[in-house]
Amino acid sequence: MDFLRPLTWVDALTLKAERPEATPIQGGTDVMVEINLDKGRPAALLDLTPIAELREWSREGGEIRVGAGVTYSRLIAELGAELPGLAQASRTVGSPQIRNRGTVAGNLGAASPAGDSHPPLLACGAVVEAESVRGTRLIPIGEFYTGVKRNALAPDELIRAVRVPAAAGPQYFSKIGTRNAMVIAVCSFAVALDPSVRRVGTGIGSAAPTPRHAPRAEDFAAGALDWDGRGPLDPGAARRFGELVAASAAPIDDVRGRAAYRTHALAVMARRALGWAWDDFRAGDRRGSA
Amino acid sequence: MRVNLTVNGRPMTADDVWEGESLLYVLRERLGLPGAKNACEQGECGSCTVYLDDTPVCACLVAAGQAEGREVVTVEGLAASGGGLDGELGGGLNSGPNSGLNDVQRAFVDAGAVQCGFCTPGLVVQAHALLTGADGVPPDADIREALAGNLCRCTGYEKILDAVRLAAARRAGTA
Repeated sequence: MDFLRPLTWVDALTLKAERPEATPIQGGTDVMVEINLDKGRPAALLDLTPIAELREWSREGGEIRVGAGVTYSRLIAELGAELPGLAQASRTVGSPQIRNRGTVAGNLGAASPAGDSHPPLLACGAVVEAESVRGTRLIPIGEFYTGVKRNALAPDELIRAVRVPAAAGPQYFSKIGTRNAMVIAVCSFAVALDPSVRRVGTGIGSAAPTPRHAPRAEDFAAGALDWDGRGPLDPGAARRFGELVAASAAPIDDVRGRAAYRTHALAVMARRALGWAWDDFRAGDRRGSA
Repeated sequence: MRVNLTVNGRPMTADDVWEGESLLYVLRERLGLPGAKNACEQGECGSCTVYLDDTPVCACLVAAGQAEGREVVTVEGLAASGGGLDGELGGGLNSGPNSGLNDVQRAFVDAGAVQCGFCTPGLVVQAHALLTGADGVPPDADIREALAGNLCRCTGYEKILDAVRLAAARRAGTA
């Protein structure tokens, strides 16, 4: 095994082009587990932690550009107001020690269907900024996940950043697990409201081969909600939203839960999350609680 | 490969490091610092918690090469004799059976928060991190959240929570 340690982003891209089989490592919370437990042995590790610019985030127009080295801990501390859904999901990742190392970009690189970042990224329409010596490619999040632990990155590409629209309305994340820490999601759900365009975004985690949207639920809710009058959420509409979210999933039975349980839990989480978000909107809180 | 790093305030070098090796292995097997414990090797148990540039992390998930040029403080470094964080150690512990312990370690002893002791080094480092910058005694919810990634199979956690409250209260001058 080789340990590659570029000190600049340009050098990292050059090394990745020369050694496309190299595995990028940032927080190590996935990569080192594979190595420690001998589940896989990369030909080379490409350590991205020395590259300072990856640890920065910035506001660019209505977007937050989150560098690939920004940890969950920093995202929670620094971006809870702008990205409440992603910050909520980040709070449920592992433990403080894991959140001090792990990154959203690492979650994207691993592309586990159970990754906690994916549902909020889907719900708010994030874009993955992939880069190689050939140039930059902006990949809409809905096109990023291509299979179980597979993503749309080319072999010579690295994730530079993820571009996440600043919240235009309330956002919520919900996750099922056996305790309130160190949990891989049994299933998870995120919702994001954008009242300015009357859009309801959704994201489903750990209930299909990849994280995915629930498009029929999104369309239904956008049409069913009383955007003008800000009236209460009709309980029947909330239930229907939950059913449509559950119908978009394709769960399996595995060690963490049964498919039938996941389907049921998704319907409940989606109904509740929409209710929380709508209540925030009715109360005039355009951002939702962080 | 060779890895140069600062451990508990002292520059150290590890040679013949395998490229897929963890910082935990370097600390325990190459640098003779067995304080951080090796248990799950997947970040689940917290018993290998160390400071990496002032941030508590699971040493088993840090690739050895990622520690190049960085500062590591282990549980050995928290004790007065271990260097590292000397500057912030509580005074008055220079005699008696607990001499050399820092205030968090002392509180664990006094509260009876140690049974088999395997999880203790990780808990001490994580509790130390919680109390660094804490104002007074943190609410129980904050203590539980801070220690959520440190597993103990002996104590049932109650005396560990007691120890953290005791250390915090002593720092605040209320115990």
